[in-house]
Amino acid sequence: MADKLVADKHLRYILNLMAEKKKESFESVVMDHLRMNGAYWGLTTLALLDKLGSVSEDEVVSWVMTCQHESGGFAGNTGHDPHVLYTLSAVQILALFDKLNILDVEKVSNYIAGLQNEDGSFSGDIWGEVDTRFSYIAICCLSILKCLDKINVKKAVDYIVSCKNLDGGFGCSPGAESHAGQIFCCVGALAITGNLHRVDKDLLGWWLCERQDYESGGLNGRPEKLPDVCYSWWVLSSLIMIDRVHWIEKAKLVKFILDSQDMDNGGISDRPSYTVDIFHTYFGVAGLSLLEYPGVKTIDPAYALPVHVINRILFTK
Amino acid sequence: MHGRKREEDPNPEETAAKALELRSLQSQFMSNHHQKIYTKEAIQLSAKLLITNPEFYTAWNYRKLAFESRLDEDSDTSVVNSIIDEELGVVKNALERNIKSYGAWYHRKWVLSRKGHYYPSLENELQLLNDYQKQANQKQDDEKQDDPSRNFHAWNYRRFVVELTKTSKEDELQYTTDMISDISFTIYSAWHYRSVLVSSLVAKKADGFMPKETIRRELDYVHSAIFTLEEKQSGWFYYLWLLDQTVKMETPLRFSSWPSDGSIIILSGPDCFNASSSTTKLTTFCSESGSFPLILYFDQAVSGVSSSTVTIDSELKDLVWEPVSDKKNSQVDSCVWVARLKCDSREPCFSRKETKVKVSLGGIVSSMGCNLTAPYEFVFTLRIHDTLEGESSQQESIVSWTDDLDNWDDDALSNDLHSFIAFKADTGFEWRKKAIKIEIEHFRTLPDSKIGKLILARLLMAEETMIANGVHYKEILQLYNDLMALDSWHAQYYKDEHSVALIHKVTSRTESMSRHLFRYRSMNNIVCLRLNNLTLSRIAAVEKLLFVQMLDLSHNEFHSAEGLEAMQLLCCLNLSHNRIRSFSALNSLRHLKQLRVLDVSHNHICGELPVDTTRYLCSSPLSNSGETGREVPNKYQDAYLVLRDLMKLKQLDIRGNDLIFAGEEFSSFVRHVVPKLVWLDGHKHTS
Repeated sequence: MADKLVADKHLRYILNLMAEKKKESFESVVMDHLRMNGAYWGLTTLALLDKLGSVSEDEVVSWVMTCQHESGGFAGNTGHDPHVLYTLSAVQILALFDKLNILDVEKVSNYIAGLQNEDGSFSGDIWGEVDTRFSYIAICCLSILKCLDKINVKKAVDYIVSCKNLDGGFGCSPGAESHAGQIFCCVGALAITGNLHRVDKDLLGWWLCERQDYESGGLNGRPEKLPDVCYSWWVLSSLIMIDRVHWIEKAKLVKFILDSQDMDNGGISDRPSYTVDIFHTYFGVAGLSLLEYPGVKTIDPAYALPVHVINRILFTK
Repeated sequence: MHGRKREEDPNPEETAAKALELRSLQSQFMSNHHQKIYTKEAIQLSAKLLITNPEFYTAWNYRKLAFESRLDEDSDTSVVNSIIDEELGVVKNALERNIKSYGAWYHRKWVLSRKGHYYPSLENELQLLNDYQKQANQKQDDEKQDDPSRNFHAWNYRRFVVELTKTSKEDELQYTTDMISDISFTIYSAWHYRSVLVSSLVAKKADGFMPKETIRRELDYVHSAIFTLEEKQSGWFYYLWLLDQTVKMETPLRFSSWPSDGSIIILSGPDCFNASSSTTKLTTFCSESGSFPLILYFDQAVSGVSSSTVTIDSELKDLVWEPVSDKKNSQVDSCVWVARLKCDSREPCFSRKETKVKVSLGGIVSSMGCNLTAPYEFVFTLRIHDTLEGESSQQESIVSWTDDLDNWDDDALSNDLHSFIAFKADTGFEWRKKAIKIEIEHFRTLPDSKIGKLILARLLMAEETMIANGVHYKEILQLYNDLMALDSWHAQYYKDEHSVALIHKVTSRTESMSRHLFRYRSMNNIVCLRLNNLTLSRIAAVEKLLFVQMLDLSHNEFHSAEGLEAMQLLCCLNLSHNRIRSFSALNSLRHLKQLRVLDVSHNHICGELPVDTTRYLCSSPLSNSGETGREVPNKYQDAYLVLRDLMKLKQLDIRGNDLIFAGEEFSSFVRHVVPKLVWLDGHKHTS
């Protein structure tokens, strides 16, 4: 059982993943298409541990730019098709390095704005899949780029609210079941557009606090499911945005995350004794950040970037 | 990425070979894609790739391009159908590899949505789904993550097919019954879907789906799920939703107002706080500028409150209605709306000392589609006392929260008070009350358990909102105390609910209310509500407290001022000795335009909070709200955003918080932002 965060081990785990030699492992090849997300998870974790300087900024930034398509959107890796999922990660990575100025903001924002549909929803790419994840991505990304007025915010918000369910939560589309990941996206989008009054904070807050498992202290994503470290982010950030985080038992959640670390090789897994990956490493550290764990910088619950980064972007003219 | 136990790779060479093979497949594919090659071989290669790695999203895009290019060449129906068959085959294989692949599910949807092609085996899709979803899951707990009945992709796809095939909602409702009763009571997805179907059938007034019969049927149905498998959550959430619907489904909107129906409001001029008067009224309002607020509080958020939906029958000028929220336009949904009536003494109606004002509401709809039983109206009387114009002639003394407070023992008070705290119960509630009564009886027979107690507490609160006789509160408070002990992890949640019940208890009857009401002699006996030292963590029942002008919430456990924005008449507020950690937590106070005295001393207000839980509940650049063009200082930003709107603030106490608020720098900052401030931290300021 762990009693502390082995930050140095996680640092080495992440740097190894990003280094050349790991590129041809089976796991790396099979995740090739979402390297942009992986880079965002790894780099944000480094930033939260105040170790962003350990990577070559130029190398990362130039690779990110090779993933930009002529449409303005970014792909998951060089050669792949563009999609909003990777466009947000690309913009977030550039934000971490304070390099948003290299972007053709007009181009990127037009790509995203062009994906809004008549009913206010957003498609992920030209192929038309609609999901409230994409609503969050569009709103978050355009807000960082200070171009939120390029979309119809009212319709975007109304569409999100139409996805509200009996339990106060949100699904991926109207009528879809509540899921903590979708809830984070919808609550985050409503937070960024100043519309949290459209959330029933008590109803949702109670559903969210009931995600905590009495045995392990971890959080699950919906009723009757297993606890998973990634929900330490999605459930926790949602609770924080609606000011109901005092309804969970924080100390037990910290313990669950710490117990999910690989104390020898670094990295964090979905639950104790399971395989680690960069995704859960990021969500574990981000969760600890929201739980005010010492030595971890504060992360913003809506933008999923360190607070000092988002403040730097949005509080200066 | 999920659900793999940590263990050594037993066969690293095989894994390395697989990696090389996949890499080669991916490279060849990319080459075909970039060169737009859609030969049979190329298309087969993409299928091979997707079956190995269904997450390789670019390949799904490629297949859509290939599909379109093949359709261009041939419009023969049988050929089209065989092409569709091929796509569905690839999706099926990909799903066998990863049943949760977004790309695979969407591709199936995309293919079957192509306009102009009706795929004859569409009905098949529903059958395929039924077979998949109903697989009895014999796997261990560890593999709960692959439970077909909880796969949300399948349920979403089901809704897509249902719409395409125009399957009836009644049939789908039966399907959820089959899933729940035959497969498992714990299929949350099925309960969720049920709630969607039931709401829709009631809303369109389908046969056999009137609110009363539907609620009764559903309550009986869900009893089996709750009573047999108490520790499993799925049924409880559906049950609690039903309880909520029992009270709210198709009920008319309710509201309370200040002034309230039948009340007499005495408008007193700017010297009113200094005057001493032997006659005191609950309903005196001190007006410095001759204006007073007309407040409407709805039990659901509404939009569209304006001078066309709310008409005033008097010579008072056209009113501008504003929602009490950070956003100010008329399309905003808000529970609280305010208009300021200005009494210009030159107007003919004010040469008289008394005016009757009739307010009529109509055409207001809540965001949930509930209407007022329109038209609704209320009448109040305005009495003008003294001249209303002009500035106050005397300096005001510092307000103390402990001296000069007398009990209110005026008998005449009861009538006034009653008009404020009686929240009119609606007719047509009979079946609802009966339904709740039956449920309460059921839950009383359950043995002690967390969920049993919680549901009973909620049922008793629901009965109180409909009957409002105050008998249940003692029991409700005991239930929450029991829950705090039984389920300590959620203690703060039960504490919040306990506070809500406690305040409702106090405000349920004039006898209990008057024990907490005092008059503050030094301000012409304005009415002070004292709710200090009650371990309160949140405010409640504000619809009954709209008349309160002085409020003492000190020595409690508030961490936020959320909810106080509705109390538009508040001029003195004491939040000292609570648990406030930031100015952003006091954001609601920005809306209290009458506030003259504010005490937030002895809290935990920090300069910079590591994790600010109220950050997104206020206006700021982070939430793309707040007015641009106003200079926001770097330091004390949070304090600035709250204080700058309190134009009438004369007295502020912030002692006993972070030291940054104790120095000369902060006091000169405050003097700059709040020009009318006279008293800071107990000391008089001279400008």
